Amino acid sequence: MLKSHLAAQLLNLLAAGLLLISFAMLSRRRTQRLITLFAWQGSILFLSTCLVAYDASLTELYYSAALTLIMKVITLPWILHRLMRRLGAQWDSEPLVNIPATMLVGLVLVIFAFGLAEPISMLATTITRHTIGIALAVILLSFLMMITRRKAVTVVIGFLAMENGLFFAATSATYGMPMVIELGIALDLLVAVFILGIFFFQIHEQFDSLDLHHLETLRED
Amino acid sequence: MSVYSWTSIITAFSGTNLSSLLLLVAVWPVLGFAGLLRPRSVRFVARLLFPLGALVCVGVLLKAGAFLASECVPQEIVLPLGLANLPFHFRLDALSGFFLLLLGLAGAGISTFAAGYFRAGEGTSPGLLGLQYHIFLASMAVVILAGDAYLFMVAWEMMALSSYFLVTSQHRIPEIRRAGFLYLLMAHLGAICILLSFGAMQGGSWQFTFDAMRGTSLTPFWATAAFTLALLGFGAKAGLVPLHVWLPEAHPAAPSPVSAMMSGLMLKTAIYAMLRITFDLLHVQFWQWGVAVLALGLFSALFGAVFAAVQTDMKRLLAYSSIENIGLIFTGIGLAILFEASNLRLFAALALTAALIHALNHSLFKSLLFLSTGTVLHATKQRSLGKLGGLIRSMPWVAVLALIGTLSIAGLPPLNGFVSEWLLLQSFLFTAQIPHTFINMLVPLGAAALALTVALAAYVMVKFYGVIFLGQPREPSLAHAHDANWLERIGLMWLAAGCVAIGILPQFALRAAAAVTGALLGQTIAPNASIWQIAPIAPEQASYSGLIFLAGIVAVVGVAFVAVRLLAHGRIRRTPAWDCGYPWQNSRMQDTAEGFGQPIRHMFGAFFRMERDLPSPYDSEPRYRIHIEDRFWRGIYRPLARAVQRSADAMSVLQGGRLSIYLLFSFLTLIVLLVFIL
Amino acid sequence: MRVLTFARQFGEVVLAIAIAPLFAGWIAQCRAWLQNRSAPPLTQTYRMLRKLFHKDAALAVDASPLFRTAPYVLFGTMVLAAAIIPSLATDLPFARAADAIALIGLFATARVFMSLAAMDIGTSFGTLGARREMMIGFLAEPALLMVLFNAFLLYGSTALPSLVDGYASHPSVIDPSVIFAAVAFVMVLLAENARVPIDNPATHLELTMIHEAMLLEYSARHLALIEWASSLKLFNYACIGFALFLPWGIAIHGADGASALLIAVTALIVKLALAGAALALIESVSAKLRIFRAPEFLAMAFLLAVLGLLVHLLLGVSTHA
Repeated sequence: MLKSHLAAQLLNLLAAGLLLISFAMLSRRRTQRLITLFAWQGSILFLSTCLVAYDASLTELYYSAALTLIMKVITLPWILHRLMRRLGAQWDSEPLVNIPATMLVGLVLVIFAFGLAEPISMLATTITRHTIGIALAVILLSFLMMITRRKAVTVVIGFLAMENGLFFAATSATYGMPMVIELGIALDLLVAVFILGIFFFQIHEQFDSLDLHHLETLRED
Repeated sequence: MSVYSWTSIITAFSGTNLSSLLLLVAVWPVLGFAGLLRPRSVRFVARLLFPLGALVCVGVLLKAGAFLASECVPQEIVLPLGLANLPFHFRLDALSGFFLLLLGLAGAGISTFAAGYFRAGEGTSPGLLGLQYHIFLASMAVVILAGDAYLFMVAWEMMALSSYFLVTSQHRIPEIRRAGFLYLLMAHLGAICILLSFGAMQGGSWQFTFDAMRGTSLTPFWATAAFTLALLGFGAKAGLVPLHVWLPEAHPAAPSPVSAMMSGLMLKTAIYAMLRITFDLLHVQFWQWGVAVLALGLFSALFGAVFAAVQTDMKRLLAYSSIENIGLIFTGIGLAILFEASNLRLFAALALTAALIHALNHSLFKSLLFLSTGTVLHATKQRSLGKLGGLIRSMPWVAVLALIGTLSIAGLPPLNGFVSEWLLLQSFLFTAQIPHTFINMLVPLGAAALALTVALAAYVMVKFYGVIFLGQPREPSLAHAHDANWLERIGLMWLAAGCVAIGILPQFALRAAAAVTGALLGQTIAPNASIWQIAPIAPEQASYSGLIFLAGIVAVVGVAFVAVRLLAHGRIRRTPAWDCGYPWQNSRMQDTAEGFGQPIRHMFGAFFRMERDLPSPYDSEPRYRIHIEDRFWRGIYRPLARAVQRSADAMSVLQGGRLSIYLLFSFLTLIVLLVFIL
Repeated sequence: MRVLTFARQFGEVVLAIAIAPLFAGWIAQCRAWLQNRSAPPLTQTYRMLRKLFHKDAALAVDASPLFRTAPYVLFGTMVLAAAIIPSLATDLPFARAADAIALIGLFATARVFMSLAAMDIGTSFGTLGARREMMIGFLAEPALLMVLFNAFLLYGSTALPSLVDGYASHPSVIDPSVIFAAVAFVMVLLAENARVPIDNPATHLELTMIHEAMLLEYSARHLALIEWASSLKLFNYACIGFALFLPWGIAIHGADGASALLIAVTALIVKLALAGAALALIESVSAKLRIFRAPEFLAMAFLLAVLGLLVHLLLGVSTHA
């Protein structure tokens, strides 16, 4: 149980911040900004996990908070930044058409997610359960971002952000997953980023660009 | 049969409001037929009969106002006209009283204007035009007063036909004939839906009086069927998207007073009928209906505003703006249904009030603007915005009066358009109390769409007024355009005065609307209205005072003016405008109506089907042309028309042309019928 | 008592008219400091107004009466708005004349008059400016309205005095929606007052300007009135922002002694100073957007406000449940 009303409010605030960052990600053109935003998202996640851990007095949650901090705030952004530099793509930006329309779709997704989470949050026992809607919205928005992007790096960032949403859902609905699973996921992510990094190099070598629409030419006619 | 005996009718006629109203309405056809005595005389028809018609309008206005100010006890009269056993029922209650008030108020201005407007040698002869015009007015009044479905349909069709003839009064122009045909077609498709809706509403009793329909209780399925059919039928008349296609064609084609009547009054009869069926005749309301009406209304409003912004013909622009305003009215109705179905009576009353007041306002300012375009058209022979401009200098009267209309329709305080839009926004605020989570979350988006529409309307009207009246004349002949004549000015002034009066003292309009909401919902807003301000729910929550707005602005302007004169000076030096160092520019190089629409085309590109011809740098005669089309034409209407054509072609196989084949058909029909009966 | 409230009302309006140019001057000064320029004195805006009032008005040959009336109307609407907004106290006789939605309408009136006046002479820049101004306006209005919806959901009112009073009665609520709404409001403020990401008040580069393009034909006292009205508009927007988000210090209903008013005046000046510095900072670190990026900017503002609304509907309801 949450000890105080204040903690619940703070958590809501953090959840709102998470949602805000997801929308900011949808609208940013510069890839490097996206990485920064991703790091910010990770730090909010870290704070919220700490808050829940403090409030529910769960020591394991502190570990997963620390894991979040190391992985999502420090390691992954660092790897991504390095990758961008190595690929010479740090000034990349994407020609996004019609941001307001994407935003509007995002808004509808949020409404959808909230509506969907309503019955689930009734089932959940924790007080933090109302943030499930936001977690779901973050997942859907990251998915939307992956759909609208054309660069390999940004698609990967979308993928990572989606995982952030999942993690947030886990902490808010059930006070986190068992440690083993969390460690496994963290390791998976790391490996995924490494593999995808190798893919970036391959794509870059092949097409001299990270633009995914080049992959369309690989199709056999 | 004692009910129908003449003596009882005469006694009924002696005192009540309804009887005197019916007598007044009967004067219109008399005036119309009187015009046939000297059909070619403009002086007789226009200068004598039309002002008399306007007086009748004032009479209707006063009678309806007196009725609304009283207790509003419904009155009924049965006249033994029409078919045997199907007498005409007339009924006057608060709802019909309100719409008669609207009819009288705007009709008086339009008829006065029309008296000065019609000239000799323009299309149909004045006498015939006068007949059609007055029949049109009378049939609208009968639609509003009808107390049974039969009379309603007769009057409705009469209204459609008379307005069709008015639209095609310049029938030598092929486009106008085409517009008229489209109008007639849509009107009749709508009429079929309305007929079926009444059929669904009688609920097996086969009684077609409204009283009987009020008494039947329908199953949810039949109620929804009746409601949907009514929405289709009246939506087609009102110009709800996607049934709006006739509207931007027919309104510009008609002579301006007729455009004003159609836009200002005829569309309101559809609103009236919609309200009559939804809140009076049907007992139940489902929130899903409200959502449907709300969505359609909002979409129409946004659609109308966006299309109005890219028009280059001033009357088409106003026609699209009518779609927008009808959309706003339907938005109010949708909200009212939604609230009513959620048992939030007070807020339903608020939304309904907003819709009613907006209907009243629209009839005033849209008539005013259509009539202004009429004078501009007469003075310049131009409808295209690209060839107008600078008329504020040659036509100051029209310019000032049109400015009032422009500011009203743009929804600016302290004029009337703002009052209804403010009420509508207020009613949106309370949607958070509707007990459906999804609707709670979607409705704010609706409010935003509404705000966007309202602000876009201001954009459109700045374009409309700025391009016609401000700037430099784009054609040399415009500098000598003559102003409106006196009858026209009086008509315009009447309407403008209505806009200002409702704007600064909305209390009276609110009282009239309160009579309606009281009768339909059993609830009224603002029980203790003060003379200073309106506060629909509670003054702590929201209040607005047009009077203080006007007084405040006027006072500050006055003080500032005097202070500037006293403390500084009032010296003026007239110089040519700065030409940006390019002295060769002329008035044709001003920004155009197309230019004004450009940001909208850019932002709302998905709404249009655009064809653009861009000149190349090497063209000796560069020409920029843009053609904007409604997507609904290609999306819905063309395929529909093709399908109808194809099925008609298929049917034409039956039309062999040989007599014996036709006889064979009759014979077979006879056999089949005999088999059935036996 | 009645006389006292009217006196307070009058004092508030006079104060607004008097310090609005100072506020604009303060922002200009902060900007100059941030950009490492030596700043003009704070009284510069007053000097300019004085100079303009004493010049002869040069009027285009065929300017219509509308052109000459518009500056007065603009000034009138802004002064009326200042009378309605509770910048010092909530118990104002004029405040009941309009809620915040009507206030938006009042600003719209000013905008339409300005645009019409800009089109009157028929120069290209005037019409261009008018068109752009109306475009910004119709995009900013929905966003602003959503901000007010947020406020309505929190305190159940759109009347600014009731909002301030409502805030005073439950001060401890940190609703996440407020933050969203506040950011959206600042974005709208920047757009509506022709500040940097949308327009540049200091530019005279014709092709990019909006507000200045509309004023090109104005001179002397008319220009002075328009400039004064613009600074009043900025002041009014700031005060709406204070009433919505930072209502500390405003003398609320009932507490309206001399000391309360003194506190209110001090609080207002401190808030204005801080807000001015913050505005200058925002303007200095951001670049002016292309005109077709402006819809994007305002769509973001709108979106933030709607998000706030949604977050409130979900989280706000739940915390009370």
